[in-house]
Amino acid sequence: MKPAAGWEKTCSVFIFRGVMKDGYEHGRQERGVSMKGKGNYLVIALVLLLFVLPLVVDSNYILSVLIIMGLYTIVVQGLGILMGYAGQVSLGHAAFFGLGAYSVAVLTTRLSWPEVFALLGAAVVPGIIAAVIGRPTLKLRELYLAMGTLGFGLLVHIGFNEAHSLTGGPSGMSGIPYLTLGHLVLDTDFKFYYLVWAVVLLVMLVIKNLTASRTGRALRAVSESEYAAESVGIDTAGLKLKAMVFSAVLAGLAGGLYAYYVTFVSPATFGFHASVQFVLMAVVGGPGTLAGPAAGAALVVALGEFLRWLIPLIIPGAGGEYEIIFFGLILAVVMVLCPRGLGTISSYFPRFSGEGSTKPAGVLPDIKDKGGIP
Amino acid sequence: MKKLIRNKGILLLVILVLAVGLLAAGCGGEETSGSGGEPYRIGAVVDISGNSSSLGIPERDTLLMLVEELNAKGGIDGYPVELTILDNKSDETEAVMAVKKLIQKDVLVVLGCSASGTSMAMIDSVQKAEVPMISMAAASSIVEPASQRKWIFKTAQSDIVTAENIVQYLKEKGLTKVAFLYMNNAYGDGGKTAFAAAAGEQGIEIVTEEKFEAGDKDMTPQLTRVKASGAQATIIWAIPPSASIVTKNYRDLGLSMPLIHSHGVGNDKFIELAQGAAEGVILPIGKLTVADQIPDEDPQKQVLQEYIAQYQAKYGMPPVSFGGYAADAFNLAVNAIAKAGRNRGAIRDELEKTNGFVGISGVFNMNREDHNGLGADSMVLVEIKDGRWQLLQ
Repeated sequence: MKPAAGWEKTCSVFIFRGVMKDGYEHGRQERGVSMKGKGNYLVIALVLLLFVLPLVVDSNYILSVLIIMGLYTIVVQGLGILMGYAGQVSLGHAAFFGLGAYSVAVLTTRLSWPEVFALLGAAVVPGIIAAVIGRPTLKLRELYLAMGTLGFGLLVHIGFNEAHSLTGGPSGMSGIPYLTLGHLVLDTDFKFYYLVWAVVLLVMLVIKNLTASRTGRALRAVSESEYAAESVGIDTAGLKLKAMVFSAVLAGLAGGLYAYYVTFVSPATFGFHASVQFVLMAVVGGPGTLAGPAAGAALVVALGEFLRWLIPLIIPGAGGEYEIIFFGLILAVVMVLCPRGLGTISSYFPRFSGEGSTKPAGVLPDIKDKGGIP
Repeated sequence: MKKLIRNKGILLLVILVLAVGLLAAGCGGEETSGSGGEPYRIGAVVDISGNSSSLGIPERDTLLMLVEELNAKGGIDGYPVELTILDNKSDETEAVMAVKKLIQKDVLVVLGCSASGTSMAMIDSVQKAEVPMISMAAASSIVEPASQRKWIFKTAQSDIVTAENIVQYLKEKGLTKVAFLYMNNAYGDGGKTAFAAAAGEQGIEIVTEEKFEAGDKDMTPQLTRVKASGAQATIIWAIPPSASIVTKNYRDLGLSMPLIHSHGVGNDKFIELAQGAAEGVILPIGKLTVADQIPDEDPQKQVLQEYIAQYQAKYGMPPVSFGGYAADAFNLAVNAIAKAGRNRGAIRDELEKTNGFVGISGVFNMNREDHNGLGADSMVLVEIKDGRWQLLQ
């Protein structure tokens, strides 16, 4: 519920106090959960499971699904910061993902850069572009911002198609080398799996610390009400820009890894559809939670794979047109049962969320039912 | 209230567990026991839905028809063939995951994909796993350079074959200045490269080059520039609906020089959408479309007629060339398996040795350097007359 702007200004201080208080409580609660026995064990168990999985399952297919999940998780983590904390929707994240992938492709095949530096380039190039376009774009709010990012995504996509000499045009670029770290060539799904999930865990660690920090709380305030945040002296424009750059860097990094994994890039992968897919994962997972992006990416990818397999068993030769029906149904059910996203699922289990709170940990409650309004 | 929420939580958990369990079941559950004659496994990744579905659907239908027929006849040496067809939704990432799934299922050969981009995306996976792959897409970069495409083959005629046929025609007619229009995607892009190379060799000059988007509704501006360019013929590399629209615009502008299309318009949809403007269009095409007109001594004649009759009987409509690519891929695979058995490496070697194989798209002669194996004679030139394809003599 967004209250009218005028009203908001008069009450901003009260609301903001409520927000800050809650943000503080949230941070405490989150730390409390992970420190406290069960939550902690759960995290350790999950990390261990991730580590052991490739040793147990001897299937490149399952590994590849998990790798793609991991790559999308990195993108959606960044998008989650932008959507969940800074409160800005981006419909152009496939562009950053693509810029990362094309950075790797161009730097390795055309300029013969060492692979690791090219991967750095994949993170830096989208970051710089986000910084350049961020200032003007982030002046837009809500729907207009969504439109602006949509336009940006389309422009980049056209760029991939048109910059023939650089990107190979619509036919794409092949022959991207494998990523080499020292003497280790990441040429199998097994090795790549560990790299990707190590990056995912690192990213999650960074985000966990970020959101519990002063910057994180300020971001949260921006997502609740820009006017309120501004009125207490938060540089909202600067913060939103930082969030934008941060999420672009993550998307670019994931794109770079994608290029090393598939060794072929073409513009088709980075179109509008992919952007929507990322937003879908973020929403299903629950933006503004730590586990949400991973859960959203996992559910969307797993569901797609599962239906790809299941549907032809029921209707021989049937394709995605049937899948989409089941996909939609299942997503609708998830959103009905868990409207704040999968990342908040643990709060439905009082035993695991420590204090038995019915409020999902990690998501701000509506301001309306806080006591901020006199 | 709390109880309700807890119930919701449990329900959610059940859903999640079910989903994960089912995924796991799908992943490796159904191992068929080897007692009753272990089947030969072939996998196919086809663009059944999404942008390339007009290619993928006839391919899927053909594959389903052929495997049914083969197994009814007793399979290969008495063992049935188990064909798994997966949809990649015309998406490159999905194609990669689908092909890994097939490889995990121990398929002997992978067929697919329908489009060039999705085929390219699968190359690294199959090469690493050392599984032979037969693509049904056009771009010659799928099988070139041959030194880096050890395990990759393809059945559709390359752009180069089409370009050579067009250039040959231009030369015969003494046309040396041409305008080239293409749609701005992988198909048009590949055509442009191939045609420029073929034209350059024969001293044909491209006086103007224009492009349009696949979704464009009016190409009059581009054609106006063509009109002013002094070209003697126009070559258009596109697929319907944009190919039909540009043809209509061409007639509306009153351009009278010969109009030559690529094989991308080789289906009735093009004629239908062009609403009469297609009359007089010349294009190179696989022999399938004009099977009843080619001379009886043509080695492909019998194969073509059998395929058409079979497809017509099963689906009630004549097949299109995409189905032909799938039929060739399937038959090449079955042929190689029959000779080599259950060894992926030996199957690859057999595919490479393919010689004089009479297929739908032409007579395949493969070797180490050529993993497509089709020459310029795999296509014929046709002209559209009275809404039908007329073989040019």
